[in-house]
Amino acid sequence: MSTAHAAGETHQPVFVGPTRAQLEALFPKYPTKQSVLLPALWLVQEARGWISEGALHEVAEVLGLTPAYVKGVVTFYTMYHTHPVGRHFIQVCTTSPCNICGAEEVTKAFLRHTGCGELGATSPDGRFTVIEVECLGACGFATPVLIDDDFVEGVTPERVAGILQGYK
Amino acid sequence: MTPELVSVTIDGMTVQVPKGTSIIEAAKQAGVLVPHYCYHPSLPSPAVCRMCLVEVEKAPKLMPACVTTVAEGQVVHTDSEQARKARTGVLEFLLINHPLDCPICDQAGECELQDYVFQEGQAATRYGEFAKRYNPVEDFGPDVLYVANRCILCTRCVRFMEDVAGAPVLNVSERGDRAYIGIDQDQLLDHPWAGNVVDLCPVGSLISKDFLHKARAWDLDKTASVCTGCSQGCNVMLDTRDNVVVRVRPRPNLDVNRHFICDHGRMHYRWMNRGDRIEAPLVREGGRHLATDWEPALVRLAQLAARGGNTVILASGSASFESLAQLRALVGKATLTTGVQLLLADDEQPLPGVPGLALRHERAANGTGARLLGYGEDWNAAVKAASGANLVLLLDVTLTDAEAALVSGAGAVVVLGTTLAQALPAAELVLPVTNVAEESGTFINRDQRVQRYRQARTAPGMARPAWWIAAGAAGTDIGTAAEAFAAGAAMVPALAGLTYADLGLNGRLAGPPSRRADGVPA
Amino acid sequence: MGYPHPSHAGEHPVLSKHFGDAGARTFDGWVKRGGYEGLKKALGMTRDQVVEEVKASGLRGRGGAGFPTGMKWSFMPKEVVKPHYLVCNADESEPGTFKDREIIRWTPHQLIEGCAIGAHAIGAERIYIYIRGEFTHEHRILLAAVDEAYKGGALGANVFGSGRRIDVVVHRGAGAYICGEETAMMNSIEGKRGNPRIKPPFPAVAGLWACPTTINNVETLAAAGHILRQGGAWYKGLCRGNPKSTGTKLFSVCGHVQRPGNYEVVMGTSMKELIYDMCGGMRPGRTLKAVIPGGSSVPIMTPAEVEDCLLDYEGVVAKGSMLGSGGMIVMDDSTDLVYQVMRLARFYAHESCAQCTQCREGTAWTTRILEKILAGKGRREDLDLLLDLADNMTGKTICVLSDSCAAPVVSAIRKFPAEFDAYISREKQPVMVTA
Ligand SMILES: Cc1cc2nc3c(=O)[nH]c(=O)nc-3n(C[C@H](O)[C@H](O)[C@H](O)COP(=O)(O)O)c2cc1C
Ligand code: SF4
Ligand code: SF4
Ligand code: FES
Repeated sequence: MSTAHAAGETHQPVFVGPTRAQLEALFPKYPTKQSVLLPALWLVQEARGWISEGALHEVAEVLGLTPAYVKGVVTFYTMYHTHPVGRHFIQVCTTSPCNICGAEEVTKAFLRHTGCGELGATSPDGRFTVIEVECLGACGFATPVLIDDDFVEGVTPERVAGILQGYK
Repeated sequence: MTPELVSVTIDGMTVQVPKGTSIIEAAKQAGVLVPHYCYHPSLPSPAVCRMCLVEVEKAPKLMPACVTTVAEGQVVHTDSEQARKARTGVLEFLLINHPLDCPICDQAGECELQDYVFQEGQAATRYGEFAKRYNPVEDFGPDVLYVANRCILCTRCVRFMEDVAGAPVLNVSERGDRAYIGIDQDQLLDHPWAGNVVDLCPVGSLISKDFLHKARAWDLDKTASVCTGCSQGCNVMLDTRDNVVVRVRPRPNLDVNRHFICDHGRMHYRWMNRGDRIEAPLVREGGRHLATDWEPALVRLAQLAARGGNTVILASGSASFESLAQLRALVGKATLTTGVQLLLADDEQPLPGVPGLALRHERAANGTGARLLGYGEDWNAAVKAASGANLVLLLDVTLTDAEAALVSGAGAVVVLGTTLAQALPAAELVLPVTNVAEESGTFINRDQRVQRYRQARTAPGMARPAWWIAAGAAGTDIGTAAEAFAAGAAMVPALAGLTYADLGLNGRLAGPPSRRADGVPA
Repeated sequence: MGYPHPSHAGEHPVLSKHFGDAGARTFDGWVKRGGYEGLKKALGMTRDQVVEEVKASGLRGRGGAGFPTGMKWSFMPKEVVKPHYLVCNADESEPGTFKDREIIRWTPHQLIEGCAIGAHAIGAERIYIYIRGEFTHEHRILLAAVDEAYKGGALGANVFGSGRRIDVVVHRGAGAYICGEETAMMNSIEGKRGNPRIKPPFPAVAGLWACPTTINNVETLAAAGHILRQGGAWYKGLCRGNPKSTGTKLFSVCGHVQRPGNYEVVMGTSMKELIYDMCGGMRPGRTLKAVIPGGSSVPIMTPAEVEDCLLDYEGVVAKGSMLGSGGMIVMDDSTDLVYQVMRLARFYAHESCAQCTQCREGTAWTTRILEKILAGKGRREDLDLLLDLADNMTGKTICVLSDSCAAPVVSAIRKFPAEFDAYISREKQPVMVTA
């Protein structure tokens, strides 16, 4: 089953098979369906890499919410992607504590070595997207970088090329 | 049970208000308007605009008047140095991203941002060289445009749709100063009550396509009226410009419609301005209708009425109580059959957040008034009876061809009509009557609330209220709508003794005096 | 343990005793190290007795506000009419703070034990641990530990045979600093935008789903286990300064010190000792310029203020700042303070939930003015403007994020005027600011 939307795209449902089971397992943990929204969005992002219009409508439907409501929530939280991103998503902390330890140089190194060129852009080979993020909560391990779900500490510009080797 | 009262002093004025009242409402009682944006008495209060901060003695910091409840002996200053600086600060923050396009903004003249900035805003901008936030205008639905640049994010619109309409189709999207009001393209603002967001918006951010660039607020005359869209009887304001009704807006009445009207009622006004009107009394002579003066026309009507025999009145369910009463009085002794056009619809459209408020099945304003006067509801039977009647009186009704054919079979037909389309060729007399915008009168809503509406525009040509015509023909000494009402009230036990003076702006419940006391005090 | 460095003699490791020791991470490992004794003891006590023990310890909230924990627990209704909830705040997003992450990373059962004690004390059957979305490793560790705790009997329908039911749900955030604010966190758990709520009602009256709720920081709850095990009196005895500040506290030290990391010291320890002895002081050839002692939301301190500052709630206030979360950002003389203050303002502008006018617009405007000064286009009046905007942003909004943006700006302008003058007078080369 697939549903068409105003955007014109055709959406293949996310909540089928094991993902559906994961969703169902969430319901007993909260007294309201609405409360399952954040974890449900995480399930979508884990399955698809980002949250498309179609997926957003699907989430709204399974939780009994309106798409507008869901969109208001999705856009509040910066970790949910509302656009496709590179295969590997790189987030470099550049808030003050890391900033004074050279975080901006680390960002530049990532932009250079990935070929992304600029923040938020995806590299021509589709491999990487690099962004700056606010405090990752690891200031004593400057500069922390989150690559997909891998939290890498103490990154220096010199280490960047080596780190990227692990992400094809 | 009377609520416990507490005594608070606001800007030197001491008032007694029920426990649990917010400072902002208590201030109203003290005659003080605390400037505010997000607060609205018919919506939950989020206290986000922070415009209503006031100084409360002994409190460590300024308090939001919209959500802070009064306490016994509290002393509030809304105009202290601190409170004023806070407000000026909020205004300045709101203005840094505001386009200041008042000259082309529909809200200008009735904009709460403009008003308060004028009152106590900064003389000059300190934002200087920075670019303002820019977002394109968006289509939000059948009648609503969103001008994001003007939005002050008070969230009234979002809360109305979510908490009152029960259809959360608007959201706040993004965070920080990137935030804006969002909508999903698959679910636009097509809820039957959605138009209220335009009125709720304190600035010109949500605007009506219907009203777009139609008039400047200061060119509008405003007249208190009652919606004719259904039997709910929502209180409205008719806005006219150069004698043309250009907009209908809700007028607050906490007992009927709070601050809202439905979109059906909001759009139910164009006909008031129709140009194809009957402008002079017409008498039939030699198969043609000839214009005449009121005097001969009234004499002719009196003669027809005096003939007695089977008489039928077919009336609009939105005719005034005064007119329906006088028309009945006119035919006095005759054998009378009556029919009222109630325009029954299949659907009812409630506004979930306001119990007792809905667009009703009965799409006429005064069905209850007609029923109280003894008018019959069986329209078809009345039309059938008309074909064999001595005299048929039509009050502001437009008939189908089949109905017209039946009615034309009567001994004599008198049309009291508004538009030319209502003037049957077979009619002996065609008399021009005023519509709701052109006269003063009353409707009685489904809950038996008797409510007045006022004249908003001048009537075309020689048109007169139907009660004036009927009373004139009957030779009754009734010269004003108030007298016509009093005379009508005397015909209905539940209304006995009621006068215009009792009705005030918010109406009174019909019924024995004890029930009337439940209405809003005069 | 001065994680990730060896423990320093000046430290007093309680919470951090097993940092770096992977063996402490498992249920068995935690039990072997004396873990879950505190919970077992608590389960043998009444709710009131547990609250009294914590009150006696003098423990105050480690999330930033320093509210007495025992008192907060005592606000919860005695009768459980609607469900009670405990929320554990593991959102740790305050720049400069990274202590809760280490607690979860090395000793997840230390946290679960504390949570279960807290739940017992407030009559809650369910605990939501709200962990920020970026803590991917810690999220996995926590999920595994919760599983183990169920298997080991520390959670579930009958905790350690006491008949008491305690469940834990781990709720993952998704990138929003403001969700660390307790009422925003409740909204976030309810599936809403993380907007702080107006108080009253307070969470103990109407919190999660309008039910009585208590919210505590990770470190606060972790400490509760030790207090139950070793007694409130023992904890209260850990005090080198003001008697109102007791126990040990984890300080996250970052920035320009030789050995950044988490250091656990007894309340009232000298700030200088922490920065110079434990963390090794500045890099060679560098001198101290400024310290932001309690996470980025508090006023900046000068070296003179650092000089004889004691690390407890009252000691830092006496020096014109606040202890906050204990995240200490140390800046040496290589720091461009104007640039860093701009970065902080930008942080708050990025994180403002957008509800309050002053915060939504003020944080962004403040950032723009600072960027302009950095670009060499500043004027002296801009400083007055910044101060006035800060005044308009302070004490007027739903939560204190707005105030938090103003605090570093005001203190930097007041205490380090020369830094701003250098840009305004064009003495210093303009900086290209990228957004
Ligand atoms: C903007 C803002 C952000 C906050 N962030 C955190 C946080 O990341 N972690 C935390 O424990 N408390 C944070 N707090 C404090 C919480 O609101 C709350 O006071 C705390 O979790 C209570 O726990 P405690 O009494 O154990 O300290 C924040 C407060 C504000 C106003
Ligand atoms: S569109 Fe109008 S009502 Fe809606 S948030 Fe903006 S200013 Fe308020
Ligand atoms: S002060 Fe800022 S973050 Fe806090 S509620 Fe208001 S807008 Fe949101
Ligand atoms: S009216 Fe009170 S905060 Fe908006």
